[in-house]
Order: sequence, then structure tokens, then C-alpha cells
Amino acid sequence: MAILDILTLPDSALKQVSEPVESFDDDLRAFIADLEETRRNGPAAVGIAAPQVGYFKRIVIIDCSTTRKPVPNHGHLILVNPEITHWEGYDMGREGCLSVPDYTGNVIRATRIHLTARDPDGNALEFDMEGYEARAAQHEIDHLDGMLFVDRVVSRRTDLFKRKVYQKGGKKGGSRES
Amino acid sequence: MKQLWHMLTLIGADRPGIVAGVTRALYDQGLNLGETSMLRLGGNFTIMMMVSGGESEASLQENLKPVIESLGMCLHIDPIEASLHQHLLPNMQVTVSGADRAGIVAQVTGVLADNQCNILDLESDVAGSVEKPVYIMQIACIADVPLETVEQALESLRDDGVDVNVNPIETYIG
Repeated sequence: MAILDILTLPDSALKQVSEPVESFDDDLRAFIADLEETRRNGPAAVGIAAPQVGYFKRIVIIDCSTTRKPVPNHGHLILVNPEITHWEGYDMGREGCLSVPDYTGNVIRATRIHLTARDPDGNALEFDMEGYEARAAQHEIDHLDGMLFVDRVVSRRTDLFKRKVYQKGGKKGGSRES
Repeated sequence: MKQLWHMLTLIGADRPGIVAGVTRALYDQGLNLGETSMLRLGGNFTIMMMVSGGESEASLQENLKPVIESLGMCLHIDPIEASLHQHLLPNMQVTVSGADRAGIVAQVTGVLADNQCNILDLESDVAGSVEKPVYIMQIACIADVPLETVEQALESLRDDGVDVNVNPIETYIG
């Protein structure tokens, strides 16, 4: 096991789109062990995505079971080739990133998502996530698509009530005024 | 070497080109920006910015005079003790909204001060209309006391159509 180096802004590799995992083998599981050790080493890191350590495969780890106030969560999750198949609602929340040290900002995310993925052995997984955990999944999956939360930060003056459209994905940013 | 910082405060009637004009003048003089806040307030554009590289208040004032005058702005300069990368993470958000009435900011922030809450960021605005103004305030702070303690202390202010909400800020790091 090893703690891997984390890429930080302005490293352009963070903008790279990651490829799906095709072989669920020992190499994959060894990498995941290193990724997990790196996550645990990061200051207060709840999640991590493979491209943050320069490995451009669609792998993320999240663990929302350790918040100060408990939130609905599915515990420690290793998600390989995760895909959000449904999302609804939107809310603003504060985010930071191991790849963007000493900065936090407000980001609008869907509040409920349905997600499919594989585990490290290739078995199919499926989750309904809400709130903080849904935010975690969206933040990490953004990394797989070469997106950082700084691309989505909005001012606290942003009036959520006036917003009617929330668009997930897309290289040009998530939300826009309708 | 300890860097010398000045806090520049600029205010003037809002118009396009203020930020570009001011920051270009600073750049041309080899000055650097640190953290800044730039915001339109009541038809005025307001700027507070940390600037390093300036020799003295007087030289800054003198060098910025042409651009300040051309933009019709007021400039105020203070030497400050400052450094970058000192961000603190808020853990509590207080949101106040409702009918605009005198004293609400003093009352809410008084409760926060009594509970040793450190305000990192406060934004307040008057929305609604001239006939029916609505006051909206968001405070991000660091509280060492339990959230419920603050919530209880703020409970008495929750009347006359004023809504006060206290929420934890759980910053997602990933």
C-alpha cells in the first residue's frame, strides 16, 4: 500500500476524461487500496477519485458515514464505472477538494440521485442517494469527467428560488438561469 | 520576508469598466492582488482588496489618482497586518428572512456574539419592493457551542414575520 501524490490545480491532467475500467483484476484492487489510503491521509477527505492521483480510470471512493451530524448514507463505497441514471431537486452546499487546497465554495447539486456502478470484483451495484451523499457522488463523478467544483461554484447571492433549470454534466458548467 | 499589504477600499457609482480600470492600473505599477471583495451595493460599486508591492500609502494614493478620478471613485488606503492562506471553515449558517424591521441584524448578531460565534461572512440584502421590503441575511460562522444552543437563543426573534434558521455547514471535501 502507498499514499499517492495528489494532482492539484492548475494541473491540466485534472481536466482529462477518465476511461471505464474493463479488467476487474488484482491490479485494480491494489490500486484501489492505495487510493483508499490516500483518501484517508487527505485532510478531512470524504471522497476521492482516481484521476486526482493521475490514474485516469472511472473509480471513486466515498464514505459519508463520518459527518458530525449523521446523514443518510450507504457507508464506505468503492464505485467503479459509476453512472448517475436519474437525478432530481437541487440545493446549494459547501464543497472543497483535495486538488484545490485552501478553497471552499458553494455548489448547486441534485438532491436525489439513482446511481449504478460496479464493485472492485465487477459485481453490479445500485443505490438511491440523497443530500450529502448524493453531493459526494456528483463531486467525484465530475472528476471522472474532468470537471472540478471550482467550475461550478456560485455566489451565496445566487437566489436558488429563482432557478428553474438544473443541468448536470456538460463541459460548460452545470447550472444556468432559465 | 514578511510581505507588506495594504487594504484598498474603493467606492463609486456603478458603471462598466471599474474593475478593469482599477486592476489594470495596479498591474501596470507592478502591484499584486490578494483576496478581494467586489460588490454592487445600492447602485454603487464597492471594492475591498488586499494589495501587495506598494511602497507607501502616499505613493499608492498618488499613483492611482488618475484612474480613480477618471472613474469618479473614492479611494481609501490602510496598511494592514495580513497574510494569505488563512481561510477558516464555517460550520454554521444562520439565515434570516422576513419583513424589514429595525434592529434585526443587531439582535441576531448579538446572540451570536453572546455565544462566542465568529462571523466569517455576512451578506444582507433588501429585496421585495418599496412598499413591502423584505430583509434577507445569510451569516456563515464558526460556532463552538452546539447548534441547538444558538437555535434556542435565536428562537425569541422568530416573530413579526421574521424567519430565523440555523443550519450546520458540512463542507464536502473530495
